[in-house]
Amino acid sequence: MKAKKILAIAAAALLAVSALTACGNTTDGSSGSSASDTSASDSSASDSSASDSSASDSVSQLGGSVSTDGSTSMEKLMGIYQEVYTELSGTTINYNPTGSGSGITAVTEGRCDIGLASRDLKDEEVEAGLTGHVVAIDGIAIIVNPENKVADLSVDQIKQLYTGEITDWSEVGGDAGEVVVIGREAGSGTRDGFEEVVGAADACQYNQELTSTGAVIAAVASNPNAIGYASLSAVDDTVKAVTVDGVECSEETIQSGTYAVQRNFNMVTNDNAELSPEAEAFLNWALSAEADEYVREAGCVPVKH
Amino acid sequence: MKKTNPVLQATEMIMRVLLTVCGLAAVGFVVVITGYLVVSGIPAIRQVGLIEFLTGTVWKPSQDQFGILPVILTSVLGTFGAILIGVPLGLLFAIYLGKMAPKPVYQVLRPTVDLLAGIPSVVYGLVGMMVLVPFVREVFHVADGVGLFSSIIVLTVMVLPSIISVSETALKAVPHEYEEASLALGATWNETVFKVTFPAAKSGIAASVVLGIGRAVGEAMAIMMVCGNVANMPSLFSSVRFLTTAIAGEMSYSSGLHRQALFSVALILYCFIMLINMVLNFFLKKKEK
Repeated sequence: MKAKKILAIAAAALLAVSALTACGNTTDGSSGSSASDTSASDSSASDSSASDSSASDSVSQLGGSVSTDGSTSMEKLMGIYQEVYTELSGTTINYNPTGSGSGITAVTEGRCDIGLASRDLKDEEVEAGLTGHVVAIDGIAIIVNPENKVADLSVDQIKQLYTGEITDWSEVGGDAGEVVVIGREAGSGTRDGFEEVVGAADACQYNQELTSTGAVIAAVASNPNAIGYASLSAVDDTVKAVTVDGVECSEETIQSGTYAVQRNFNMVTNDNAELSPEAEAFLNWALSAEADEYVREAGCVPVKH
Repeated sequence: MKKTNPVLQATEMIMRVLLTVCGLAAVGFVVVITGYLVVSGIPAIRQVGLIEFLTGTVWKPSQDQFGILPVILTSVLGTFGAILIGVPLGLLFAIYLGKMAPKPVYQVLRPTVDLLAGIPSVVYGLVGMMVLVPFVREVFHVADGVGLFSSIIVLTVMVLPSIISVSETALKAVPHEYEEASLALGATWNETVFKVTFPAAKSGIAASVVLGIGRAVGEAMAIMMVCGNVANMPSLFSSVRFLTTAIAGEMSYSSGLHRQALFSVALILYCFIMLINMVLNFFLKKKEK
């Protein structure tokens, strides 16, 4: 009796494992490449911090800790900052990836030293005494399935695709097929950034609203008629990034401003509360040219100083 | 009269207090959660207006439009669909398992059903997203496989284990004498199962349906990955949003009235589950009498 039970469990486990490996194959591209991405950036981060020992002189050894809270889009950037800056100054950087809205709320309420927002502050937030400091620029890539023939879209075409004015790929030079519009959920920094840039704020007719960049990429990769948007740093080989108005989405084009769909990564401070010395030192470092290489490592584009 | 041991008396007292505290704690959690939901859910409903909140069809947080009628209808239809398919399927399976299956088969199937119940919902969602959604898209020639149809399929699979295991236990609990008497009177096996065993196990089967509905209404993670999560009016092959996925999907980035409105959605969901439980409890009690 017991042996049979174990046999049944083993059989079910075997089934589960084979099912999982099947899934693993389809997601392999994204998970595999992101894993190698992080390991690559890890090693280069430690390399550069070793070679940059002279630079560490300019960073005072304050120790202590700084708490940051906010944008999930800035996770990669913050991960590198955490490692590098801690080594430079001995200050521990805590990062709580809750989302831009939550980060701004947290810094307003004094629950963290620095809020992180992957969108610019709204007027009412500036009036409430918050200041945004742009530490990096993020290019939002427009992605389609690799099977899709369309290679270039104008900002206006992107807008029309997302607002439902264009419903078939043949209207923009692709094979006939109903356009499946994929985006992020309401409140997401990427969605706000994208909709604002293409001029389709609150007018988008989505087929799917997904809750993470990874989910958007997976959905576009699995549907030949899908279009989506995602941070340039997150885009991998499973999807194809189209050029916008003939401009490829790359670091150069984003920094020069020729690529249209881009947004700022902000560190948000509260003017009503005094910034701790550790937080101020970290913010100044993040805004200085010293941090540029780490911004690049994170797949973002540094601000011109 | 014999004098009782004071130590014994003391332990008796301590145990009584301890058990009472534990019992009250369970009630306390329910009270706290209910209180919190009501307090945090009411402000947005007040601001938007109950009628507009419940009957509005547009959900655009950035423009302060909060209508959750499509979301409510989706949750109702999704749950109904899953129960419509899941209950007959589950009951027939339970009859096979409880009344027909040879012992070796039973000993393999029963643990498998229990295992099915133990699979985390996110795994159902992942398989749904990677296998079911593309499959639905190919088979039905639609632009996208997400929607009510895929959600109902996933929910059906998820409610099956609870329906099967609870109703199988209920069927097994029916005294053999009932069935033997029925067979001795000349009824066929079919008639015996469906007209004698079934009615006798009615309350247990109803309980399994309650459990199934509870799981279907409350599920978020799995259907979030296959429903598309856009607040459209429910339709089989276009993106829909459930009460649960509305909360889970937007909570992380929301702020202000948007966040309060999500608490209101949670309050509606809570009322929903309470209502379902009360209605079914009412029927169960009525039938027992």
